[in-house]
Amino acid sequence: MSTLNPMNPLLKIYFDTESIRLSSGTPIADRVVTDIFNYTEQLAKQVVFREDPLQVSWKDKIDKIVISRVFGYPLMLLLLGAVFWLTIAGANVPSKMLASVLFAFQDLLTHWFQLVQAPAWLHGVLVLGMYRTLAWVTAVMLPPMAIFFPLFTLLEDLGYLPRVAFNLDNMFKKANACGKQCLTMCMGFGCNAAGIVSTRIIDSPRERLVAILTNNFVPCNGRFPTLIAISSIFMTSTLAFSQSLLAAGMITLLVLLGVAITFAVSWALSKTILRGEPSSLVLELPPYRRPKVGAVFYRSIIDRTVFVLRRAIVIAAPAGALTWILANVYIGDVSVIAYIAGVLDPLAKAIGLDGFILMAFILGLPANEIVVPILLMSYLATGQLTEFESLFELKKVLLANGWTWLTAFNTMLFALLHWPCATTLLSMFKETGSKKWTFMGFIIPTALAFTVCFIIAQVAYLLGLA
Amino acid sequence: MKIKIGDRSNALKDHGRIMREHFGIRTTGEQYVIALAGNPNVGKSTVFNALTGLHQHTGNWPGKTVDNAQGTYSYRNKSFLLIDLPGTYSLLAHSVEEEIARDFICFGQPDATIVVLDATSLERNLNLALQVMEISSNVIICVNLIDEARKKKLSINFNELQKELGVPVVPTAARNGEGLQELQDAVYTMAVEKKKAWPKQVPYSEEVEQAICALLPKIEELDLARVVNPKWLALRLLDSDVSFIETISRYAATQKQKTVELQHQWGELTL
Repeated sequence: MSTLNPMNPLLKIYFDTESIRLSSGTPIADRVVTDIFNYTEQLAKQVVFREDPLQVSWKDKIDKIVISRVFGYPLMLLLLGAVFWLTIAGANVPSKMLASVLFAFQDLLTHWFQLVQAPAWLHGVLVLGMYRTLAWVTAVMLPPMAIFFPLFTLLEDLGYLPRVAFNLDNMFKKANACGKQCLTMCMGFGCNAAGIVSTRIIDSPRERLVAILTNNFVPCNGRFPTLIAISSIFMTSTLAFSQSLLAAGMITLLVLLGVAITFAVSWALSKTILRGEPSSLVLELPPYRRPKVGAVFYRSIIDRTVFVLRRAIVIAAPAGALTWILANVYIGDVSVIAYIAGVLDPLAKAIGLDGFILMAFILGLPANEIVVPILLMSYLATGQLTEFESLFELKKVLLANGWTWLTAFNTMLFALLHWPCATTLLSMFKETGSKKWTFMGFIIPTALAFTVCFIIAQVAYLLGLA
Repeated sequence: MKIKIGDRSNALKDHGRIMREHFGIRTTGEQYVIALAGNPNVGKSTVFNALTGLHQHTGNWPGKTVDNAQGTYSYRNKSFLLIDLPGTYSLLAHSVEEEIARDFICFGQPDATIVVLDATSLERNLNLALQVMEISSNVIICVNLIDEARKKKLSINFNELQKELGVPVVPTAARNGEGLQELQDAVYTMAVEKKKAWPKQVPYSEEVEQAICALLPKIEELDLARVVNPKWLALRLLDSDVSFIETISRYAATQKQKTVELQHQWGELTL
């Protein structure tokens, strides 16, 4: 009978081979692929002759280094760190110049409002609320973006990102996730919502869900400026080289942490609610191209910088007005903003933040870009910043509000790990078509952000470090 | 696009149905079924269009929006049905496209499979060719884009390649119609005249070969040699997921059923 029904014997052999499949270090599947590639290499060498071998070989030589086991990771770190350092070191001066121009204009606006004898509340909402928030968004975020995005686009245009995917493929496999997840993760550096849509390239529904749920752990365009602003405001008090280096190192470290958490969560999901084996991928490494400078400039400035800035402004303007109103409407003798911050304060303090920071993150749900402007707005809502000398003045504001290194560190950490923005959540819902998975996409990062920040804060308090 | 865990197996079931439909096509007319495989962007569609001219229609494979074109052409008074498989880098089935291509080559049992390779990156393209050659022995290698290769000053020793692979190798530049006559000749020889090719197999490392050897006796007991190449089956047992093993089992069961039914009919006739 068994020959008539071969399903069972074949499956039986399959399960018997389980031991062979898993016995040795590298899985058999990988070795099969390696053997085929070795054979094709040998065959191609035998039958293909290049008449001008020089031209091709330098690209191969670069690839030997860029995707080598020894230099691959250090080079990635170095490039990442260099990009951040250039951004931070380069953004200081234009930030300062922008700020002085924009705040000078605010004084002019105030003057005009006084000329037409506009009511104080109108001046408050429009100038002190809306305009000042916009000025903050532009001054704090525009220069870093205008440096960071062209650099990032340059790397992309060179063909470096697929090589990053190649380097990280092994790690993703160890996390039982798909190597293609690296590409969607890289997309996430641009925008998490775009990253989530790009998970369509992953065929296995399980691996796709893993990629969707973890995409938020890399900082997007909206959160990079937050990280850059906080680290450059708080970590650098002068233009000293060593301090900008420290700030760049800090951000690199945070990005690495985000990637590490992506692996950890992917792995955990694969072991619990999304169990399964990883599949491998074939990745075509595109040739290195000379980047088209014009195209890079256009794409990074128009498509990214202006896009992000516009999104920030569209949301920041009403948010600024709202923040001003909240700061100037009083319940008893406390402003609404101070009241809300007071309510949030015990929870926020437990995780090393303060009520204002947590509130800024909550108000930042529509777009992460406005977290820092809202935060500064609410700190400054009562006490005006009288003399604006440079961005370093902002550090004084933060210090005056009780910031320590722990506050700065945990704010950045929270920015990295916390809930995705509304657009991202909407993309999650559209892509998964499930309220449950969208909720998971919200609750996993949120729980993680609170837990990690709580542990760090409590350890720091306990050891008396902050 | 919505995610539904398990929609993959449904897609596989549908493939089975579609493939039987392809069998239907084959048995109704005097048509030879030729599969066309290749990496993406190697000019596979150009070869397809050059061969079929206007006699084509575009079919749609179920499950995913993978367009699959079929077309017919005649050569020396024989009719050929050309199936354009989705472009894939390998047949190890990490994507639905690869699954479709693999299942068709494996279970569609085409009279010949043309693997189109890009002459300018032969090394990468050979990967797919070798995998197809493991499944089927009726393979013709079409090295396309030789005009591009000439421009890049690459010269390829096609005789050596043919000797090393053990299957017919035809250089083409489908865009200019170069080599298409020879390709049609090769297809005719293989599909109509049933001239056998002896594809060389990938020499695997010792560990893999040992694992295969350990499995082969068990597989041979199942008497599936007519359905699939036992060595290839052994490899897939070692590296595939369980769903493909189930597909093979299902397919093998229906094939056996058919033979049994045929034997019955034949028996009744002789009575």
